[in-house]
Amino acid sequence: MTDAALSAPAVRRSFPLGRLLWPALLVVTIVLVNLPNGALPAWMTKYPAAWQIPTAAWISTFMRWLMEVASFGLFTVRDLFRAVAWVLDLPLAAAKAVLAEGIGWGRGADAVTIAPAIPWFSALIAGVAAAYKVGGARLAALIGAGLLYLAVFGQWAGAMVTLSSVLVSSALGAVGGLLIGLACVRWRWAERAVSPMLDLAQTMPVFAYLLPMLILFGFGPVSAMIATIVYAMPPMVRVTIIAIRAVPDEIRELGAMTGCTRRQLTWKMLVPSALPALMVGVNQVIMLSLNVVIIASMIGAGGLGFDVLSALRALKIGEGLEAGLAITVLAILLDRFAQALAVKTGRPPERDEQTARRKRSALQAAFMLAGALWILAAIVPDIARYPDALKLSTAPYWSDLVRWINVTFNATLDAIRTFAFLNLLAPAKRFALALPWAWVVALVVIAGLRLGGWRLGLGLGALALAIATTGLWQVAMLTVYLCGVAVVVACLIGVPVGVAAATRPRLWRAVETVIDLLQTLPSFVYLIPIVMLFRVGDFTALIAIVLYAVAPAIRYAAHGVARVPPTLIEAATMTGCTRRQILTRVRVPLALPEILLGINQTIMLALSMLVITALVGTRDLGQETYSALAKADVGKGLVAGLCVAFIAIIADRLVSAAAAKMKRRRGLGA
Amino acid sequence: MLHQLTRAMTAGLVALAMAGTTGAATAAPESKDPIKVTLHDWTGQLITARIMGETLKKAGYNVDYVQADYLAQFAGMRTGDLHVAMEVWATTAKEAMDEAIAAGGVENVGETGMQAIEDWWFPEYMKEKCPGLPDWKALKECAEVFSTPETAPKGRYLGGPVTWGGYDEERVAALDLPFEVVHAGTDAAMFAELQSAYDRKAPILLWIYAPHWAPIKFKGEWIKFPPYEKACYEDPAWGVNKDAKYDCAKPRGPIYKAVWQGMKDKWPGAYKAVKAYTFDNKEIGELAAKVDLEGQKVEAVVDDWMAKNEDRWKKWIQ
Repeated sequence: MTDAALSAPAVRRSFPLGRLLWPALLVVTIVLVNLPNGALPAWMTKYPAAWQIPTAAWISTFMRWLMEVASFGLFTVRDLFRAVAWVLDLPLAAAKAVLAEGIGWGRGADAVTIAPAIPWFSALIAGVAAAYKVGGARLAALIGAGLLYLAVFGQWAGAMVTLSSVLVSSALGAVGGLLIGLACVRWRWAERAVSPMLDLAQTMPVFAYLLPMLILFGFGPVSAMIATIVYAMPPMVRVTIIAIRAVPDEIRELGAMTGCTRRQLTWKMLVPSALPALMVGVNQVIMLSLNVVIIASMIGAGGLGFDVLSALRALKIGEGLEAGLAITVLAILLDRFAQALAVKTGRPPERDEQTARRKRSALQAAFMLAGALWILAAIVPDIARYPDALKLSTAPYWSDLVRWINVTFNATLDAIRTFAFLNLLAPAKRFALALPWAWVVALVVIAGLRLGGWRLGLGLGALALAIATTGLWQVAMLTVYLCGVAVVVACLIGVPVGVAAATRPRLWRAVETVIDLLQTLPSFVYLIPIVMLFRVGDFTALIAIVLYAVAPAIRYAAHGVARVPPTLIEAATMTGCTRRQILTRVRVPLALPEILLGINQTIMLALSMLVITALVGTRDLGQETYSALAKADVGKGLVAGLCVAFIAIIADRLVSAAAAKMKRRRGLGA
Repeated sequence: MLHQLTRAMTAGLVALAMAGTTGAATAAPESKDPIKVTLHDWTGQLITARIMGETLKKAGYNVDYVQADYLAQFAGMRTGDLHVAMEVWATTAKEAMDEAIAAGGVENVGETGMQAIEDWWFPEYMKEKCPGLPDWKALKECAEVFSTPETAPKGRYLGGPVTWGGYDEERVAALDLPFEVVHAGTDAAMFAELQSAYDRKAPILLWIYAPHWAPIKFKGEWIKFPPYEKACYEDPAWGVNKDAKYDCAKPRGPIYKAVWQGMKDKWPGAYKAVKAYTFDNKEIGELAAKVDLEGQKVEAVVDDWMAKNEDRWKKWIQ
């Protein structure tokens, strides 16, 4: 009785407030946006120039000092970085020599070659054999088909350059990520220091730190590789932390009881028992490395990325697509291989001694054959080249296809574009630019406060305020507008597709193939045809962002709906729900937290596409980082990059907090 | 069997090693360190850079080609990471180069002999829809022909990437043109739009530069603005608009070569060769067309040119 009496007024007091808060905020926002000019004090609508903090100039000055003046006495900072670059170049040069350029020493006229790069047929045999050992006949067939594609479509040379840099950067990224992760597990302070860095590295556009890399490590493939590692390593660190912490206590205790030293405990017990989970991180590192192949090629990584770029620059859409698909093929091959490796490490070795031995000798024979053919190719170099006569290309058809669509459906395309512009993009843009910055900061604080408490609200508010102090508020709002619209569209498409596919396995397989392709195909490949059909402008950028960012919306929605406990479905069936009712009343509501996480990922991917859409002339933060790169303005690039990172972090924390809150409320556990 | 194989291998290795060294230098270069020649993202530049690089190789130098951003390269040249930039267009990168020269580390080694044109360009079929072209005053009447929903009622002009500069917004204001400048992010996007519009005979007005394959492949003309004079960019009183600068065409200008300052001392011979190198618009345009329109590889086109023009490049390395 007393309990009820105490809690009743509390409920009554907070209930209407919570309900009314969001509509009230919405009304205030709309009123503020529609206020006539001059109704608000000027400092509220436009952030005063006098309050800006010249962070960009400070960073540029610091960078100049670092590279031109700073010294440790015996050697300068510059020497140090160059030495690091030299060391990192060694494995890269070695991998390139074996896969792409031939083994030897000296350069130019003095070059001595002792062996050519591994010829395609040797690589094919060795690749298939290794695949068979790791993953059986199916994987072997897949690897064989993939490598054949590269040879038949004339992508071999470029693919090997890309492969060597991806292999080296993945290896360095995986090892580095593992070490950092282990350090984080051992020392709390390390984790506290590393965690915000990971957030930044994952959300900052690559363009923003390309330039500092170039200045520190010099122009060339090494800088591209280091940028790739920075981009690809964070998931490995995170996976390591989680995987090592998840190792059962029994194993730790066993280690302690058997008298392991700390080092033995880590490397002989913890890492091996976490290995299957760690391989997931390795897989992510490989995928992300392939993601930045195009951007890395802009600063000298060469390979397939450069082939895609130069083909598209000459408007050879077909050639660009074929080179782009070669990147996808590499991604699939490496992904499946790494996954098979992960499965294999968790599996006991072959029991049947005889089969094992037979397998082993077959493998040895295959590797010997590959080696012998390599030697043969060294003696007779002509056979190492894939014959031109046997090359295929579908390139001409693609250009013709785009031209045909362009000429035939122009009226329809134009109507779609105009409609989207007038009814969606233009109003959204006007709205975003009319929002007073002070109100946006306040909104962020209120949202953080409601969803996650004081600390979240104030922390995120500080980030939003930081964006204003850089003087990039307008550009930042353009970013929010473009990404916001893209995320809304992506969710409107993605969530229903995901929900529909979740309970239909065959549809799901088709959908999964499409989104896998969209995520691994370099977006530049489809960006240029979209420009041809829809012209340069925000609409083109919107389509490109939606295509790339729709995948997680679909994936998480499908996953969430499929994961609803079967007991609940049974209960619903028994109470006489129709299929439709089960979907709308049971599956979707229960999957909502999962769907929210999908939306969160969609936001992250949309923001990461900014860099690419800058190439078709959007005027947002992506463009700022891109033009800073071209103007060699380190400070401007980093500051714009940080703004993107801040927007991403604000969105991420808010959505995650909302999802966690929702989960709690639905009793699904935190 | 194994013995024979080893012998065959040794023979092969020796043969390879020999093949590697026979092409050795005729004159000893001053330093064996590789000279780094920058590559950018347009075909003409790839060809000029490669012709220079191959010539230096013939003189016995070691050459590395490095992909570098057009404007960002000066940061690398100042520190000596990069050594030779073969195309610095007066129209787009003069300021960046002068800045780098002033800061130290970079040297302008003269003109390539090519002349850069960068201006507003339209395809020939637009003359039907806007009869006054190519005179710039016709644009005032025909803005509607060039307009799109985003820019209506103004016309749409597709400018280059923001990084190219060019003062197009200022030009539009100074000449009071009813146009809006839309920036393409890359030249790939720009030419994609041109190709698309050209296929449909749709209206388009955009920034084109020469030497490039586009004005060879597509029929069209440059808008005739009041010709550029230095005063136009510096003195508002000059020209049609008495209160504004930039009321004229963009400057047409030479394409310079730039090198790292230390090159003179480290590779004097190569430095002289870079200085001596000349080319003209037509020749480079034709070579670029071979790559972009006929689909040949840059390397093949350059090798072919090197074989046919021995007397030309020999003179540079004398």
